[in-house]
Amino acid sequence: MGGWAIAVHGGAGVDPCLPAERQEEARRVLSRCLKLGAAALQAGLTAVDVVEMVVRELETDPVFNSGRGSALTRRGTVEMEASIMDGRGRRCGAVSGLSTVKNPVSLARLVMERSPHSYLAFDGAEDFAREQGVETVDNSYFITEENVGMLKLAKEANSIMFDYRVPIPGVDSCSASAGLIGAKAEGGLQMNGLPISIYAPETVGCVVVDNNRWCAAATSTGGLMNKMSGRIGDSPLIGSGTYACDVCAVSCTGEGEAIIRSTLARDVAALMEYKGLSLQEAVDYAIKERLDEGKAGLIAVSRNGEVAYGFNTVGMFRGSATQDGFMEVGIW
Amino acid sequence: MGGWAIAVHGGAGVDPKLPEERQEEARRVLRRCLGVGAAGLRAGLSAVDVVEMVVRELETDPVFNSGRGSALTQEGTVEMEASIMDGRGRRCGAVSGLTTVKNPVSLARLVMDRSPHSYLAFHGAEDFARAQGVEVVDNSYFITDENVRMLKLAKEANSIMYDYRVPIPSADTCSASSTITDGGLHMNGLPISIYAPETVGCVAVDNGGWCAAATSTGGLMNKMSGRIGDSPLIGSGTYACGACAVSCTGEGEAIIRSTLARDVAALMEYKGLGLQEAVDYALKERLDEGKAGLIAVSRNGEVAYGFNTVGMFRGCATEDGFMDVAIW
Repeated sequence: MGGWAIAVHGGAGVDPCLPAERQEEARRVLSRCLKLGAAALQAGLTAVDVVEMVVRELETDPVFNSGRGSALTRRGTVEMEASIMDGRGRRCGAVSGLSTVKNPVSLARLVMERSPHSYLAFDGAEDFAREQGVETVDNSYFITEENVGMLKLAKEANSIMFDYRVPIPGVDSCSASAGLIGAKAEGGLQMNGLPISIYAPETVGCVVVDNNRWCAAATSTGGLMNKMSGRIGDSPLIGSGTYACDVCAVSCTGEGEAIIRSTLARDVAALMEYKGLSLQEAVDYAIKERLDEGKAGLIAVSRNGEVAYGFNTVGMFRGSATQDGFMEVGIW
Repeated sequence: MGGWAIAVHGGAGVDPKLPEERQEEARRVLRRCLGVGAAGLRAGLSAVDVVEMVVRELETDPVFNSGRGSALTQEGTVEMEASIMDGRGRRCGAVSGLTTVKNPVSLARLVMDRSPHSYLAFHGAEDFARAQGVEVVDNSYFITDENVRMLKLAKEANSIMYDYRVPIPSADTCSASSTITDGGLHMNGLPISIYAPETVGCVAVDNGGWCAAATSTGGLMNKMSGRIGDSPLIGSGTYACGACAVSCTGEGEAIIRSTLARDVAALMEYKGLGLQEAVDYALKERLDEGKAGLIAVSRNGEVAYGFNTVGMFRGCATEDGFMDVAIW
């Protein structure tokens, strides 16, 4: 193979009853962002520049849960986080607890390139944003009416938002759903303890391999609907939600704790490096073997221009394009 | 082999000129904490209970950089972080940005056991601490005279605190190191005499063959407020699973980009390496120019150390009565 390749996602775990016009709208946004990334790759931009650019687009568009359109904390505010990793040198940057920064992924990039650290959060990250002169807005900019409505429903469902199902003491594995609380809509699908119709698919992400075979990944999110203030999920965590190295780049989405304890993004690469699996084999193995009862999805590219998806959820908003002209967008 | 085993660390990267009485003091604390852990394991406590208990001891003692005795931010305050992972079920909890919580590792445990999340930070973590009723103190409790002096020296050295060396554009690797004062050992851009070895950690395997790990730190001397290092990051500073448990220390960004703790386990799981082989491989192959160290135990009761720094405060004990404390 060879050549450039790009994949994007807008979150795993989709309401099977999602109205057709919403599905169409999501497909439109994914297509637009893919085309933007593809054009940039055609023009020779580097992988890390492209993933940042594409994730900025996804953050700016209110359709998905990042930047504008982010899920709300239990207080009704927005706290955003993001990470970016350049497979070339395995350099990385991450941010959490942003409340005024218009494009979290770009601040993560600045942390990587212009701060002495790798990960800045909350007030410190906001201070850094001001020093760097990035665009900031009022927290209300990020809040959409739809999400205000969703938050209300989440509170009414009176479900405690579990990142994982707490094991029953005495049981050997995490497969027991002892801690799964309260309002289970009858028979319905659940993610993170919420009925799927209320659960806001988390995060957006992009992975790219450029003309020089360098891979990069970026992930951005508003996090979990009704989360506690201060909660950090998998999206800003290198090795969990985001990873890039010589061989591949990965961006994940889904149940945060499951992705963290699985170190899902790193594991795809480690399976290739240490077990000799190919990209798709590694993706399939990671989803199947590492998540236990957790629900998640991921996108990945390899240095050889391959693209792979994997998800054990019902649906994942996604798309991909490769240099030979192939382009596709999918939900189910 | 088999049986229980425990290892502790008090940070990698030690000033070769560290006065003898300081070395002795460090060894005493490590021995004491190891003794506490070994007694717990002998009594049948679970690995996760033991690592929490031992790290609490290390946090409370001002000698190492965690809890009381933490390194200071550029503003002269303390912001602490910690993580804990129970290999049984790979459950985990982490906290960052704590300013009043006396024992960060215990709050991380509560995040794991009693919150709906895995990682809480800054105000949200402090609110959770109050909701849980854990012991809180004024931020000044954590600040020692010695670290106030160290901070002053760090500022005077006028060095930019890098977690990693920024690569020169167009160079293929991260081996370029821009801001270094002449000669001398450096870690994180600071001369080794000013650099405060980061973090404390503990790994244990209990009588049931279950592994657990915990890591706690005040972070990097003169760090920006809001800076998060490797210690609270699962897969980077801390990791535990069915096969082993790992706790790391050293240059934060190097550990993060290497996903060092997870890699030791992945090398065992995916490449079939033994514990020590995996530790050696990870340190040799994953860090590039980064400087770090780690401690690890396996489900079979083995203990392993590795570090590419000059020195790492460490110790271990196994069920057969072996006990060892070392710096170099």
